[in-house]
Amino acid sequence: MAATQEEIVAGLAEIVNEIAGIPVEDVQLDKSFTDDLDVDSLSMVEVVVAAEERFDVKIPDDDVKNLKTVGDAADYILKHQA
Amino acid sequence: MSPTNRTVVVTGIGATTPLGGDAASTWEGLVAGRSGVKPLEQEWAAEQAVRIAAPVAVEPTEVIPRPQARRLDRSAQFALVAAKEAWADAGFEAKAGDDPNVDPDRLGAVIASGIGGVTTLLDQYDVLKEKGVRRVSPHTVPMLMPNGPSANVGLAVGARAGVHTPVSACASGAEAIGYAIEMIRTGRADVVVAGGTEAAIHPLPIAAFGNMMAMSKNNDDPQGASRPYDVARDGFVLGEGAGVIVLESAEHAAARGARVYAEAVGQGISADAHDIVQPEPEGRGISHALQNLLDRTDLDPAEIVHVNAHATSTPAGDIAELKALRKVFGDDADHFAVSATKSMTGHLLGGAGGVESVATVLALYHRVAPPTINVENLDPEAEATADVVRGEARKLPADGRIAALNDSFGFGGHNVVLAFRSV
Repeated sequence: MAATQEEIVAGLAEIVNEIAGIPVEDVQLDKSFTDDLDVDSLSMVEVVVAAEERFDVKIPDDDVKNLKTVGDAADYILKHQA
Repeated sequence: MSPTNRTVVVTGIGATTPLGGDAASTWEGLVAGRSGVKPLEQEWAAEQAVRIAAPVAVEPTEVIPRPQARRLDRSAQFALVAAKEAWADAGFEAKAGDDPNVDPDRLGAVIASGIGGVTTLLDQYDVLKEKGVRRVSPHTVPMLMPNGPSANVGLAVGARAGVHTPVSACASGAEAIGYAIEMIRTGRADVVVAGGTEAAIHPLPIAAFGNMMAMSKNNDDPQGASRPYDVARDGFVLGEGAGVIVLESAEHAAARGARVYAEAVGQGISADAHDIVQPEPEGRGISHALQNLLDRTDLDPAEIVHVNAHATSTPAGDIAELKALRKVFGDDADHFAVSATKSMTGHLLGGAGGVESVATVLALYHRVAPPTINVENLDPEAEATADVVRGEARKLPADGRIAALNDSFGFGGHNVVLAFRSV
């Protein structure tokens, strides 16, 4: 069953917490991965791979550069999840 | 004084070893004659011929925040723990530049390991095979590269004068410190954070060293297995950890009022050109390194009172080193209190030169030579050649200037001898 936007944000929050140590409550739709959440380009690859596995979605490398904020990622996953 | 002949001093020390999570607890363990060797309880150890090792006493993840730790190879975690301790111990309160007492352009880092990020390499290969290409960590390359520990320490302290990683197997840590001394002596830097680290307690290195017949198989007596100079010695015990010192030009240390542990007099380096792994039995290459040290520095053999020997507990290597000391120093070797601290820490490979430099500097500072433990029956060749500190720690002369050597040798025939002196 497809995840809701709320579930996706909660999932992304857990992933970002695991990788960058940011508290889950700080991971909000408007937050930038690089500017607000200490996720650099290498860690972003980890976030993407973890999100692919969790939400059963493929995020090609070319699309990753467009995922600036948590909201961008949540929308992408919402649209593309199986 | 010319920039090619500056005096270099030690102003900070740090360590994380099988005996303790810092330099103070490590030193306490060494003086008390405590062994850090334990049985390997991991499942993979059951099928190994060697089932003992000396793991660190304090897991680095207890002191490094998780998000940072998961991007660092275990060897880099050890190096960072030891370097941060040494940096603070030297009296610096922030990274170079933020602390006005050190200019980042005049600060270097030289941290070495013998094998590099071997656990990262092997673990990620397991991920590749079991979970596929996509799951291989994007941090793998900066984690496994041998210069990773040096680069991460350089980042932590803000070193811009140069970050280096000499690799010479078990001489790597000592070569790093020798390189750092040269950086300061020749004027390239005023302060250098230097040492060695190693994290190789993993089934592949243990199987590989075990199959070389290089390691002790005394699995029934872990604490008695590392026994340099004892007639029953049967190879080294693998240890892990790091030792790091802060080296500084004497002028720079004096200008900021730093505490000075000892002078780093210099290094003697040579190569055996004899065999890829066997030590030259008469210690010819080691003698050459010791002679280089005497020729290139103002070290006075009459002042040498202590040697932290390489002595890994192998039948041939332990004696070759003692022969070389006797050959080069003659009767002066009578007043060398020789300690093999690997009897307690195990052999940290590329970390050994770092940890043993910490031990050598503290031996001069406290004027105490740590013991060699587990010598029940001293090898007659050792007895005839050297004064081995056995059983208990021994006081060194309380007055006057004293000096000490730290020997490190590595597969490939690398010989590095460092000399320190009281101030």
